[in-house]
Amino acid sequence: MLAQIIPGLGSLARRRGMAGKLVLVGAIITGFVVVMTVLSPILAPYNPSKINVGRPLTAPNSQFPLGTDDVGRDMLSRVIAGGGIMLQVAIVSVFVCLLIGVPLGLFSSHTGGYVDRLISLIMDSIYAFPGIILAIAFSLVLGRGVVNMALSIAVVYVPSYFRMVRGQVLSIKELPYVEAATSIGAKKRTILGRYILPNVTPSVVCVATVNFADAILTAAGLTFIGLGVPVNVPDWGWDLTNGRRLLPGGSWWVIAFPGLMIILLALGFTLMGEGLTELLNPRLEQGGEK
Amino acid sequence: MPDSLLKVEGLSVEYRTQRGRLRAVKDVSFQLGKAETLGIVGESGSGKSTLGLSIIGLVPYPGRIVEGKVFLKGREISKLSKKEMRNLRATGACYVFQDPMTSLNPVKKIGDHFVEMVRTHQPKVTKKQALEIAAKLLTDVGIQSERINDYPHQLSGGMRQRVMIALAITLNPSIVVADEPTTALDVIVQAKILDLLNTLRDSYGMALILITHDLSIVLERSDKILVMYAGQVVEQAQSESLYEEPLHPYTKGLLKSIPNIELSDQKLEAIAGSPPDLLDMPVGCRFWPRCGFAFDRCRKEEPSLVKTGEEHLVRCFLYSGGGDKA
Amino acid sequence: MLPLLRGRRQSVSSNNGDVLKVQQLKKYFPVEKSFLEKMLTRNRHFVKAVDDISFTVRKGEIFTLAGESGCGKTTTGKLVLRLITPTAGRIFLDGADITNLKSEALRTLRRKMQMIFQDPYASFNPRMRVETAVGHPLEVHGLAQGAEKRRRVIEILERVGLSPADKFMDLFPHQMSGGQRQRAAMARSIVTQPEFIVADEPVSMIDVSLRTAIIDLMLDLRKDLGLTYLFITHDLAIAKYISDRIAIMYLGKIVELGDKEAIFSQPVHPYTKALLAAIPVPIPERKRKATELVGEVPSAINIPSGCRFHTRCRYCESACKEEEPELVEVAPGHFAACDNA
Repeated sequence: MLAQIIPGLGSLARRRGMAGKLVLVGAIITGFVVVMTVLSPILAPYNPSKINVGRPLTAPNSQFPLGTDDVGRDMLSRVIAGGGIMLQVAIVSVFVCLLIGVPLGLFSSHTGGYVDRLISLIMDSIYAFPGIILAIAFSLVLGRGVVNMALSIAVVYVPSYFRMVRGQVLSIKELPYVEAATSIGAKKRTILGRYILPNVTPSVVCVATVNFADAILTAAGLTFIGLGVPVNVPDWGWDLTNGRRLLPGGSWWVIAFPGLMIILLALGFTLMGEGLTELLNPRLEQGGEK
Repeated sequence: MPDSLLKVEGLSVEYRTQRGRLRAVKDVSFQLGKAETLGIVGESGSGKSTLGLSIIGLVPYPGRIVEGKVFLKGREISKLSKKEMRNLRATGACYVFQDPMTSLNPVKKIGDHFVEMVRTHQPKVTKKQALEIAAKLLTDVGIQSERINDYPHQLSGGMRQRVMIALAITLNPSIVVADEPTTALDVIVQAKILDLLNTLRDSYGMALILITHDLSIVLERSDKILVMYAGQVVEQAQSESLYEEPLHPYTKGLLKSIPNIELSDQKLEAIAGSPPDLLDMPVGCRFWPRCGFAFDRCRKEEPSLVKTGEEHLVRCFLYSGGGDKA
Repeated sequence: MLPLLRGRRQSVSSNNGDVLKVQQLKKYFPVEKSFLEKMLTRNRHFVKAVDDISFTVRKGEIFTLAGESGCGKTTTGKLVLRLITPTAGRIFLDGADITNLKSEALRTLRRKMQMIFQDPYASFNPRMRVETAVGHPLEVHGLAQGAEKRRRVIEILERVGLSPADKFMDLFPHQMSGGQRQRAAMARSIVTQPEFIVADEPVSMIDVSLRTAIIDLMLDLRKDLGLTYLFITHDLAIAKYISDRIAIMYLGKIVELGDKEAIFSQPVHPYTKALLAAIPVPIPERKRKATELVGEVPSAINIPSGCRFHTRCRYCESACKEEEPELVEVAPGHFAACDNA
């Protein structure tokens, strides 16, 4: 069943060409960050939350390769461990989006009529809002914590999935092979599940990866303005805020390295998304010229 | 023999793709005179469109002419610069594209298409004059001149194709290349368009190149025919010669497989196999896997074009013993 | 030949061997109006795609609906298979009224009637392999499972010339050529051993050198499996080759109907004559009559009064503009809708 939904996966590894390379590079970068974060308890030389392990605000040197922040915490350890919150938030929010956005899109396009119009209207309204503002608004209402942050972000992105799925279903529904499935006598459920959905999935996967990258940035943004994360957990976004404050004083390393990591992670996901978009679309090789 | 308006010598066109080098057209030569119609017939992958496009220097990227020459009215045009080629395009040779639905600019009125065409090549002409020219041309192709003010979507497929033809002849080109001019059209409109092309050809003295997969059209309407298969010309002859005495097994096969409405109880015969993948060409003669007459030599060597009669050329080992090499 | 594919099926019909009967069939599509139009005007416009046609298809015959684009032939094909619902009229399959069948009943019916589509690429799910696609009808109707299903798929693939079948089973549509895809489409349509197949322009998107093979395959299958075909095409040359009887359609109506020979050698309706005159004949130097038709096909929203062909007909008289001619028998089995014939 899975093989039907993502049939390209097997040959992905073997694919050469730009798209395959993009996915590979993106996957390596992302994988590296994820592994690093997961293994942070082992990898981090110091406890990232422990203050005064070194003199505050020391520039990168042999003992503290990435320097220390204003309360003497080791930046290297903070960088290694700081991705945790962000990754969790991104994963949960994408998960929620998939859980809500995709079925909603399927249901709406399938039902049609006033129901479809109404739901689309609501979704479009949410979509029209600048994402970060909406996320901030929800964040203020929901409060701090990983799950709450994830939910705030999810709200912003559900419309994207909805629109993508709905649009795809509507256009695929008109294609001859769906008509062919009807003419064979397949039930509506079967048509949806085996003919329409597998052809919608690639687009969803692509939206998801881009969404992931964007969620990370939004999470960083939320933490940056002080919403979201409980204070003492190491987090890149938090370091950005902190580092910004310290920057005029010349301590560039507090903002630089966490910032770079955020960019790196977002880049990794974006590359994967771009590559996957190309790979998962079936090759349009026509047989006749007519 | 009429003066040749167009002369093509040994033309080869190649595409560089991710999967390798593709020889879309290999070693094509022919001549075409005034008020003559050349029919280029072939299926998908035969290279006929590439041939048509490369004659007027419009080979789409990533293709390019790797060998051969094209002469228009005695002047070699295959090596012209982009600018010179552009000038040539409207006045020397003009191309009518396959799909009239998408070849016209949907946000421009019909008249404006003509204005753009005329004024690009003759900037001194005023808009008013250009529109007058347009009106006359539309009448020539059988469309009411008031339609100058319509947008493409307001015209039917047949009318749009006629507009394309009118555009093509605006600056009195010597040659018009029509690529599948009637494929998207119904049979009655098709007949009218083909009639129109003939009338225009005769009154303006142009040479016409018809590119199509429909052998019936080509037999009915052309003076000379090029039969293409997998990028090569496999047979080349005057239409009557081709019809009465088809030589190449592919030509014979095609003739036996197209239904003729004037015959009763026709027995049609299929050609076995399918056209080859251009990146994975069979060794030897490109047609041998489908040929009922293939023998040993065919599987190893590629035959060259051989002259078998007055203006009749064929690429097949069945005829290679004893004809002059063309 | 394996037992599965041998012989004709017993049909229980008591309707003198007519597989399909269509009576006064109509399909009107409402024209979408803009918001402003909805507010300002009352009247509704319709695209009269199929406007009152009747015909029967006898068992084992190939009945062709021929005409130019927009004449309603494809819509008729879809109506007959109940892929869309008629606006008026009745459809009988094997004597049973299927006009208003819905859901379950309609689904089970589909075992008996199948369709072959024009575009061999688009009629396949790009994510399904050939084996799954061709085997799916068996699954849907509970005819075979697992190994048995696989066996039947292999048998069918071999039958349509996709041999060796193993090579084709695992392919995706984009990995096959147009001709191969259309063969796979035919395999899919016969795997449930249907009685009746609607073929909508099955070869118009296939290379010329491969068309004959596909058409011959269709004829073979008719012989071996006792199939009946409704063949839809705009290519009259192919129609002449394959059909038993032909109906010429224009703007939603049948204007002439008869045996193949009658239609081609003694056409009655002016439209039929014009169509036949326009077909390219593969003979050089043939003197052709200039086409006598003027004008373009009118829009199906604004059908001309009286005989809908009168706007383009050189024999048009005043009566033609007022009364719509009926389809009358002008010779045994040969019908035409023209009062001046």
